[in-house]
Amino acid sequence: MITSIKGENLLTLDDLSRDAIVEVLDTAEAFVEVNQRSIKKVPTLKGRVVASLFFEESTRTRLSFETAAKRLSADVLSLAVASSSVKKGESLRDTITTIDALGIDAVVLRHQSSGAPVQVSRMVPHVRVINAGDGQHQHPTQGLLDVFSVRQVLAERANTTGVESGASLFEGLNVLIIGDLRHSRVARSDIAAYAALGAKVRVAAPGTLLPTDLEGWPVEVVTDLDEALAGADVVGVLRLQKERGTGHLVPSLGEFTRFYGLTQERVKQLQPTAIITHPGPMNRGVEIDSLVADMPAAIIERQVSNGVPIRMAVLYLTVAGSSNQGAMSV
Amino acid sequence: MSESIVLRGGTVVHTTTTEVADVVIVDGRISEVGASVSVPPGAQQIDARGCWVGPGFVDLHAHLREPGNEAAETIASGARAAAVGGYSAIVAMPNTEPALDNPVLVRYVLDQGMLAVIDVAVAGAITKNRAGEHLAPIGEMAALGVRLFTDDGNGVQDAAVMRRALTYARPMGVRLAQHCEEASLTMGGVMNEGVVSSRLGLSGRPALAEELMVQRDIELVRLTGCPVHFLHLSTARAIALVLDARAKGLPVTCEVAPHHFTLDEEACETFDPTFKVHPPLRSASDVAGVRAAMRRGDVDAVATDHAPHAHETKDLAFDEAPAGMLGLEHAASLTIEALGTSDANPVLFFQLLSRGPAAIAQLRASDERPRHSAHGGNVQVGDDANIVVFDPVATRVVDRHHLAGRSINTPYHGRTIQGETRALVVAGTLVVENGELQ
Repeated sequence: MITSIKGENLLTLDDLSRDAIVEVLDTAEAFVEVNQRSIKKVPTLKGRVVASLFFEESTRTRLSFETAAKRLSADVLSLAVASSSVKKGESLRDTITTIDALGIDAVVLRHQSSGAPVQVSRMVPHVRVINAGDGQHQHPTQGLLDVFSVRQVLAERANTTGVESGASLFEGLNVLIIGDLRHSRVARSDIAAYAALGAKVRVAAPGTLLPTDLEGWPVEVVTDLDEALAGADVVGVLRLQKERGTGHLVPSLGEFTRFYGLTQERVKQLQPTAIITHPGPMNRGVEIDSLVADMPAAIIERQVSNGVPIRMAVLYLTVAGSSNQGAMSV
Repeated sequence: MSESIVLRGGTVVHTTTTEVADVVIVDGRISEVGASVSVPPGAQQIDARGCWVGPGFVDLHAHLREPGNEAAETIASGARAAAVGGYSAIVAMPNTEPALDNPVLVRYVLDQGMLAVIDVAVAGAITKNRAGEHLAPIGEMAALGVRLFTDDGNGVQDAAVMRRALTYARPMGVRLAQHCEEASLTMGGVMNEGVVSSRLGLSGRPALAEELMVQRDIELVRLTGCPVHFLHLSTARAIALVLDARAKGLPVTCEVAPHHFTLDEEACETFDPTFKVHPPLRSASDVAGVRAAMRRGDVDAVATDHAPHAHETKDLAFDEAPAGMLGLEHAASLTIEALGTSDANPVLFFQLLSRGPAAIAQLRASDERPRHSAHGGNVQVGDDANIVVFDPVATRVVDRHHLAGRSINTPYHGRTIQGETRALVVAGTLVVENGELQ
């Protein structure tokens, strides 16, 4: 169990303690303010080099990480995989070794293979590795920004601040995660984060879209979706991953939507205070109705904008946390 | 071959009994076994005290990679690794490039095998190019002495093709060997399906895939009467199915691989592709089940599934890496581990590593057409001298950079293992002495 990610890698949320997660969230709160300034930049990671390696297409995660690194004044080495020697058959190890030879402090890695960041962390033990999404395994910063966004909303309603509230607003919170859990790295990170903070997590999906064996997972599988919706404080809608072969696992998208989509009809079951999240990109009309996605209850835009402060916090803690640079200068 | 060797003071392990005795080898045969033997003049004396002296091990399942992938292993290097492991004979699997699916290639491997330090037999492919469609020339390969046929790596998926192969092969006195995994259930899978694969987000290969194909093939054996050998069974249920079929008189045998009785799916938590293998490392309860079956004597053979891969081809992301791990050098030690480091039964040990597999490969003196010399014997006067002197208590730490084969993909790097080949005699020649290749 990791009690602080200071100076550590961030590969998975599975082994992070409540304190470690709260530390990231509290640090991110401080960076929210930086992002509201006219000059959105602090010198925290000046002189540090962060490599951004995206072996799989991504827009928001990549932009968000690189923006975060730049706002911390780090130098960013961005490898465009499509035009790199990876296309010429260079191995992951050689790519990493080459980037490392340029002198880097951290690598932000997105890879289509589950576990690639874990492997990379063994190849370059002196470099901090931050998992930006690996296969169907984990997407730690997405999980963190999801709980961060939820904490913000709950704190605003309770007339307190996120930092003041710590993890207390999650105690007994009913979280319902719906959709393609089988293929979802976001679900694996979300479940770990919510559970570590004290929430009660329930999941709902067709049997074929659940992981094969949920033994040991801190979740309850829901059989009656409508009843679960009625009791939910947070509904996390997952993207249906058609590109990962989900098409074979349900009879049709229409049938999936009918039984598991967050439709306008189904939303009526929700409490008025319920919060809806989606990691994006959305399949509007499939897992979530277009109008539902645009309801005030849906905090999808907030999730996106929180991506930057959360990633600033993660970079700050993992990279600067390993040195004696003292208090963060924001 | 004129050299004389005396193995001094070891525990000689016969088929059912053991005795402390000397073993004298002259001109490639055992000439004397007893407490006080006459030492031929000039004979080389090997101190075998504290060791088991038994028939050299026989591996039913070695991927030697030649022809086609000599960077990973060759027939010569694989044979050296096997010798270090105590093997006097190995069966070369046919999934080379091109596949061993015709007499020309079989003859090539047999010829190269003649130059190797131990005996090399061949398993031929069941179907052309191991594609599971058209029968390979099983009869022509059998005429060269091939006694095992398999499309290993791929099970024969089409039940009609498997039935046809069994019906065709039955009168030839050969045995078909099957890699049992129903492909429709393992498609895209890279590790055992279960709690660990679910957590790691890796696609699973269910135990069910193996068990279903074992069941199917047992029914095909019942129908055709042709013997089938089940390769590397990895689940307790699969072994139980074979046991049940054998009890009903069907000609079925099975082997288990060291990694399936010493490592479980938790090893994949590190995402180290060294631990990727097909069938996959199973649950801890299946590992315990396989061990229990071995101890009960329910398993016919330990077979290595030795699968070398050049480092650059294996050192990839877990889902992109090829399946397979090394086995020949450490299989006997790992068998000790499974049978009990303090109470391993030597008779059972040699049954699993030598006599059982020799019977399946038909390399015994009593078989119709043994190749080269006979293996898996009783260690008695007149036997061909294929003898291993195995120290069952010596321990060592596995170092992947000090192996006799060409590749380094052992899953046991850093592990302390017990048991070591002290000496190996193949056809009367001392191949390993003091644990070192000669």
